[in-house]
Amino acid sequence: MAATPNPQVSAAKSAQGFVYLPLIAGWLVPGAGHLLLGKWVRALLLAASILGMFAIGLAMGGKVYAHSGDILDMLGLAGDLGNGVLYFLSRTLGLGADSVQVTTADYGTRFIVVAGLLNVIAAVDAHNLRTGRKPL
Amino acid sequence: MFSPSHFTAVVLFALFASVVFGITMRETPNRMVRYGAYCFVLFVGSAIVLSWVMYFIAR
Repeated sequence: MAATPNPQVSAAKSAQGFVYLPLIAGWLVPGAGHLLLGKWVRALLLAASILGMFAIGLAMGGKVYAHSGDILDMLGLAGDLGNGVLYFLSRTLGLGADSVQVTTADYGTRFIVVAGLLNVIAAVDAHNLRTGRKPL
Repeated sequence: MFSPSHFTAVVLFALFASVVFGITMRETPNRMVRYGAYCFVLFVGSAIVLSWVMYFIAR
């Protein structure tokens, strides 16, 4: 007779190891958290969405926020930081506009910020899968 | 520089956001697809409705 899976045992099993690895990997590289958990279709879709949104934001001439004293810029920076490695790469390579000149560039700036926020949601989802809070 | 129309920008935004919402907010693939489609329709639909509201306010 097949044994029924015990939820407590599977939860304890899923809590082994470094539970924050999918969260950190997912933040640094979009989709990497789900890829580590073997959810490669979800990982590909998340990576395509977040990378696509970030790339389109840059192509639209969006601004990549840097540290400044302005409170609104700080909020934008917080959103941009959600992109992980993409943010640091774009800062290093000098991608993105310094100032917004046209309406589409303003939309591009929002695309970049929202890509970061969506990446944080995806990374937290990977963490929930890893801890067993959300079923695999 | 890539300069999409406002509507194209809305559709792109809705598409990417809906994919992430669908995957992260639901547990089974079937429900993910349904929730993603629901979010997409709401994003685009609300943009169209608000656009018409602003059109009539401006007249």
